[in-house]
Amino acid sequence: MLELKHISYRVSTPEGELDILRDINLTIPDRELAVFTGPNGGGKTTLAKIIMGLARPTSGQVVYNGEDITELDITERSRRGISYGFQQPPRFKGITVQDLLRLAAGGEKLSKDRCCNYLTQVGLCANDYLDREVDASLSGGEVKRIEIATVLARGGEFMIFDEPEAGIDLWSFARLTETFEALHRQKSATMVIISHQERIIRLADEIIVVAGGEIAHRGGTEEIFPLILADTLGSCPVIGRKEAR
Amino acid sequence: MITDIDAALLEKIADLTGKPDAALNIRKDSGCEARQSTEHITITGKEDKPGIDIRIKDGTRGEKCYIPVIISKTGLSELVYNDFYVGDDCDVEIVAGCGIHNSGCDESRHDGVHTFYIGKRSRVHYSEKHYGENAPNQTGQNVMNPQTIVYLGEDSTMQMDTVQIRGIDSTRRYTKFVCEEGSEVVVTERLLTHGSQSAESEMEIELNGADAKGRVISRSVAQDQSRQVFYPKMVGNAACFGHVQCDSIIMGEAKVQSIPAISANCTDAQLVHEAAIGKIAGDQLLKLETLGLTPEEAEETILKGFLA
Repeated sequence: MLELKHISYRVSTPEGELDILRDINLTIPDRELAVFTGPNGGGKTTLAKIIMGLARPTSGQVVYNGEDITELDITERSRRGISYGFQQPPRFKGITVQDLLRLAAGGEKLSKDRCCNYLTQVGLCANDYLDREVDASLSGGEVKRIEIATVLARGGEFMIFDEPEAGIDLWSFARLTETFEALHRQKSATMVIISHQERIIRLADEIIVVAGGEIAHRGGTEEIFPLILADTLGSCPVIGRKEAR
Repeated sequence: MITDIDAALLEKIADLTGKPDAALNIRKDSGCEARQSTEHITITGKEDKPGIDIRIKDGTRGEKCYIPVIISKTGLSELVYNDFYVGDDCDVEIVAGCGIHNSGCDESRHDGVHTFYIGKRSRVHYSEKHYGENAPNQTGQNVMNPQTIVYLGEDSTMQMDTVQIRGIDSTRRYTKFVCEEGSEVVVTERLLTHGSQSAESEMEIELNGADAKGRVISRSVAQDQSRQVFYPKMVGNAACFGHVQCDSIIMGEAKVQSIPAISANCTDAQLVHEAAIGKIAGDQLLKLETLGLTPEEAEETILKGFLA
């Protein structure tokens, strides 16, 4: 179980102090799929980064399986089972897809079949990719899918995916959604997915709407989805005008 | 006599263990430690100056030739000329390389001039690794200045892999290719400097014949206070294609200069160069840390991959 207690994150800007997150309290039970959604700049990614240790909260506590991990670094959190799929993954000259999957799996000798399996789950053909370097020769969508495959290969108990759909074509996205669905069905990991996609949001046990540095809404799909749609329409001046006619 | 230290050097620079079933010349401390020729590859010592001639008969295929150099003495300095005569229609692999185990406080230095005369329609894979180390508590400098000059015949190809593993205090490298019609050269250079070492690498590839192709891929890591300078130059004198790519990772207080040049003397020459110098990207380190690596392990993994 993951507990975020009174998490705040403040940064200094030329205009003064800016609160990115304000007193967030959140519990994510084991084996649950939670989707963080909400407007851009609302604080979703910062919140996810605070779970992984990529950002340190200004105040508050991160408690994982009863242990206060607020002061632990990324490596230690990773070794406790937390993993993270970046929205914009880095590229590595000289490191192949197979190397990266093996590193993700903990340096063990990962069989070609296992590598193939992870790549298939993200819609890539292993034969085409295993020996390719994760460098600029790969498209953004390819690197993104390889990134997700590394999280799968890591096999952690707590997986975070930051906008896995970003940069991925429609066909691969369908495959990816099936993968998330299957993972959730197997109940092998707790998942946090940051997403704006309806198909992913609908997979959630709980939807957490993060806006303005706070949790604006949270609840089940049936309860929250209509609110998201209402918010979306409400914030669009064109639709608002049409409806007013 | 090959000591345990020599054996370790040979394995490091030439992947050589024991005596291979191949043409071989091991040069140790300016002497000939071992030499063997095969039916198709003949190695003979030069009579007018230090070095060897390697003659590979027409049609030699699937054979390897090892010519490593090791130095175990401090204060030894040598200039060696090795000439390779590769016939037509060959497909061979040549493994060179130099390792120094400096046993004292004086400079040990190996200057090697390798000249290749490659016939027509041949394929040559040439690799060389350079490595230096000091005996415990010894500070002698390790210096290597390799020169490689290649005359590549029509429709021949050469792949040259050159690696400076570590421990070379000073190096000035010069590589030149003269490429005839239909020939192709691919040079991959990997170079690491650390401490206060310095490395200079000058490369010149002349694409003289129609359809000649040249490709240079240079990757280097400069750590601590070390300095590196690269001058890769591609000259197109015919309807040819050339590509130069230089990437360097800079760390600590190191300094790196990369000065690629492309020069076309024919309207149908297509030449491209790319060069980049930068430190290890923070997001690369963070990604590997999310996979359970410590920051130190992450850095090591990135450098190892980059120089692989």
